[in-house]
Amino acid sequence: MAGPYSEKVMDHFMNPRNVGEIENADGVGEVGNPACGDMMRLYLKVDGGKIVDAKFRTFGCGAAIASSSMLTEMIKGKTIEEARAITNRHVADALDGLPPVKIHCSVMAEEAVKSALEDYARKHAG
Amino acid sequence: MAHIFFDHISTTPLDPRVYEAMKPYFLEWYGNPSSHIHDQGQAALVAVDAARGAVAGLVNADPREIVFTSGATEANNLAIKGVAEAHAKKGRHIIVSEVEHFSVMNSLLPLGNRGYEVTRLKVDRDGKVDPEDVRSEIRADTILISVMHANSEIGTIEPVAEIGRIAREREVLFHTDATASAGHVPLDVRETGADLVTLSGHNFYGPKGAGALFVRDGVALASQLDGGFQERGFRAGTENVPAVVGMGAAAGIAKAEMDGWGDRLRGLGKRLRDGIEATVSHVHFTGHATDRLPGHVSFWVEFAEGESLLLFLNLRGVMAASGSACSSNLRGHDEEDLVASPVLRAIGVPSDVCTGSITFSMGKGNTGEEVDEVLGVLPGIVRRLWDMSPTYLDYQKRGTR
Ligand code: FES
Repeated sequence: MAGPYSEKVMDHFMNPRNVGEIENADGVGEVGNPACGDMMRLYLKVDGGKIVDAKFRTFGCGAAIASSSMLTEMIKGKTIEEARAITNRHVADALDGLPPVKIHCSVMAEEAVKSALEDYARKHAG
Repeated sequence: MAHIFFDHISTTPLDPRVYEAMKPYFLEWYGNPSSHIHDQGQAALVAVDAARGAVAGLVNADPREIVFTSGATEANNLAIKGVAEAHAKKGRHIIVSEVEHFSVMNSLLPLGNRGYEVTRLKVDRDGKVDPEDVRSEIRADTILISVMHANSEIGTIEPVAEIGRIAREREVLFHTDATASAGHVPLDVRETGADLVTLSGHNFYGPKGAGALFVRDGVALASQLDGGFQERGFRAGTENVPAVVGMGAAAGIAKAEMDGWGDRLRGLGKRLRDGIEATVSHVHFTGHATDRLPGHVSFWVEFAEGESLLLFLNLRGVMAASGSACSSNLRGHDEEDLVASPVLRAIGVPSDVCTGSITFSMGKGNTGEEVDEVLGVLPGIVRRLWDMSPTYLDYQKRGTR
């Protein structure tokens, strides 16, 4: 039966891609969602200016888990510049949309990648 | 796939006997009870009065004291606003518990702009009101005390008889919202000393669209709908005859059978609770251990979020409810519509985390096999969410939260 979420969301919720952590990650981002206390942690492996691997752990609703999963799919293989340009809209659209109250859950994904890239920049500055 | 309905606090399935009782009032007897000079109207009037008698019988009221409404929300609105308006001369102070349903809490909002003052009583960790708090908050200008009979989210049954006694002593009107409890645990309006009681037909195997407010004889109440003189002038509008008939039939069945349901459901509830305790760690049960609705098991799980738990349970054919903010009002318009359960906050569940609050509420049709099936899937679902959760990972590494 059709629930409140799209099939894409449910697919990523039921079979999330890239769950886990990366040992000695090049960048780690952690963001929380003040609206509901949810949390996402994103690990990146960067090589030659490209994101070669991404893994996540998320404590949150169906939309938060699906957004995390979709985000990792979207950023793998992208350059740092390309990844930084990803917005929550891109993530939500790739999931065939989210209910209006759940848009903020995709914001968590956008913020996680920005935070992980900042961490990478900090670690690799000079 | 399994189809296990463990969400009887949201609604109950219609009893087939109720359905049979309602059927003639759609096609055959479609009369308006107010036009009872002819046979069609007379048949409707007789049916509505019979239903009134049955609903009154469920709570030991007089049939004249039953006012049919569209449901519990309307009955709560009528009780709160109706008393506030009719008794404004005596005073404008109202006492409620902090765990009342939205239809009580939100009925109070417009009164705030009109000079009414509301005292919200704290509850303890089990969600119970202390009757002594009621006593100490009563003032000369207090006109109404409203404390629910049972809380749907955490199952706790409130000490309404004690509160009723205090209200009687101090001559303050007492309203109790019995939406979650009526038809499941005995409720005698005389023993309880309640002046107003809210009842909901679809919460005890009746149809949606019918509720009632018990209004003790002699209690003044301002009608909230302008119109005709139906329901002794307390509620204008043609009665929803088939639904009212259904609510009456459901009340009759509940009165005769609820003791049996209760015994069975208490057994199933214990089996479910013991099973969860044995198979899932980091579980915190909510509500009072013994003073609770039969067949009602509520808890939250650390490191697992409520909506995700519900979604996975539903994928396995198990339907339950959650008080987590993330799962509230998915059809709302913005983040503001995501409200963490005030009940969970009131009993001290950490509000900074979107906890995995789950309410399993069983009904008379549920079985021990279904309990076992739920116990079979729950630990795996929790484990799956933990494996995704950064907080669980940290906890495992550090050994602390
Ligand atoms: S992250 Fe809590 S609502 Fe989605």
